[in-house]
Amino acid sequence: MTSLVADTRVVFSRELRPVIRDPFSVIFSMIQPLFFLALFAPLLPGEASLQWFVPGIIVMSCLFGSSMTGSNLLYEIQTGSHERMLVTPLRRPALLIGRALKEIVPMIAQAAVIVVVCIPFGFDLHLPGAVLGLLILAGFCVGLGALSYTLALASKNKEWLFWTVQQTLLFPLLLLAGVLLPIENGPGWLRALSHFNPMTYVVNAERALFSGDVFARSTVEGLVAAAGMAALGLFIGVRAMKRSD
Amino acid sequence: MRIETRELTKRFKDVLAVDGIDLTVERGELVALLGPNGAGKSTTLRMLTTLIPPTSGSASVAGFDVVKQQREVRLRIGYIGQGNGAGHSQRGRDELISQGRAYGMGVRAARARANELVDSLGLGDVADRTVSTLSGGQRRRLDIAMGLIHSPELLFLDEPSTGLDPQNRANLQEHILRLRAERETTVVLTTHYLDEADSMAERVIVIDHGRIIADDTPQRLKAEHVGDRVIFGFATEFDAVAAARTLDAPRDGLHLTVTAEDGTHLAPKLLDDLRAAGLTTASIEVTRPTLDDVFLTLTGRSLREGRTEELVEA
Repeated sequence: MTSLVADTRVVFSRELRPVIRDPFSVIFSMIQPLFFLALFAPLLPGEASLQWFVPGIIVMSCLFGSSMTGSNLLYEIQTGSHERMLVTPLRRPALLIGRALKEIVPMIAQAAVIVVVCIPFGFDLHLPGAVLGLLILAGFCVGLGALSYTLALASKNKEWLFWTVQQTLLFPLLLLAGVLLPIENGPGWLRALSHFNPMTYVVNAERALFSGDVFARSTVEGLVAAAGMAALGLFIGVRAMKRSD
Repeated sequence: MRIETRELTKRFKDVLAVDGIDLTVERGELVALLGPNGAGKSTTLRMLTTLIPPTSGSASVAGFDVVKQQREVRLRIGYIGQGNGAGHSQRGRDELISQGRAYGMGVRAARARANELVDSLGLGDVADRTVSTLSGGQRRRLDIAMGLIHSPELLFLDEPSTGLDPQNRANLQEHILRLRAERETTVVLTTHYLDEADSMAERVIVIDHGRIIADDTPQRLKAEHVGDRVIFGFATEFDAVAAARTLDAPRDGLHLTVTAEDGTHLAPKLLDDLRAAGLTTASIEVTRPTLDDVFLTLTGRSLREGRTEELVEA
């Protein structure tokens, strides 16, 4: 077990290194969320709109980054470095877990950038809630990252498959979670669908937590949804990695 | 014994890529697996390096089973695949260090070993650049360094010089030979470059359609399967016909060809015979066979890309 931890650390720090060498790459996957923040948030009615909107955008930023992250593995499958790592004694689960855990770092950096950008415009930061919110988000993005890597492994020799699936799922997940507009006012079928989207519970939890409402039912629901995502993603991902050649 | 396979077989759906290979490689040997694309060389290598499991049969590498003891095998081998081992978004030296860590080396030891390899492979100027900015030859040298980080007893190289220009190819061969001389590393490489197999390997294993069809030193393969050719030229057809009768050799116009294991020593003797028969020879040529001639004799096909049809017609 300890060597699985050591192997995971090797993979984790290898994945993190290009991010540290070139921090701007973290901003890249944030471009779209930042546009939504700048050009969409002002259209929302009501005074509390920023307080409601920003947590959703943090989740959105995490969704964009983590769902794309498999493309790095896909590229390494194509160039040969994934194969090279498969021949090392690194344990197969570590090859996936280390990569998935790395998602937490850009997620936190992105959340920090968004919060810092929004505070001057009247966004209230409730630190304890925000920390718990990031913990939930960490689970969510580890699970999502693991699924993205799984998709990359399944897309070996067919890159189009990765991008088709990723792009197809991206917006339904985003819209059904009520990131841009509240779902509560929508028709019944839409509300029903959103209940099946784990991201819905994460977004609701983040909204409550970033407003300082820690002891809410939504916090528990968000925790369960994120932990479920992480468990499912890691389970499927490790299985796929064990079969990789 | 370093490598031993028994009836090693790999089937992909309805294609039999490797068809019951029995192979033994001793410590310190430098072996080239030679064959056309799709012959099963890389698939054999991928089984030996634990990347894919055999469909049937068995293989042990460095004394460990490639299916049941994958980790033990992986700890002892270095592998340089067809692609680039170093991630393109990473820096070379970073990748070398994390490769060392992957083999359980401490940070300091990995860093020291990385620096050592960077120096010995002449990567000093480029090791701290992003891998994607390196030239093909530099990247290949980095791949070699990655494969050597843990000083493996056994090194596998899959088509190491594909895509390199002649200068870089020579440079790479030099590195491999030096490594072997210094450390007595066992080296197994696949290639479809004939000159590479010829000049580097002490032992060439010719693979075709997933089977070993010949296994020997390049010299013996050539002597046994093709032999040297001594070609005599004559000024007149009359002389050529008479000479063909004297030497009992096939004639083609003004030329006749004698095939022999050792052409350079046979040629003067034959010349004496012709002189004794009162015949004047206009020219003599001794040609040594290439491994391509060996492959052609064994399979009826040429290994040289694009020449296959031409030769079949001839």
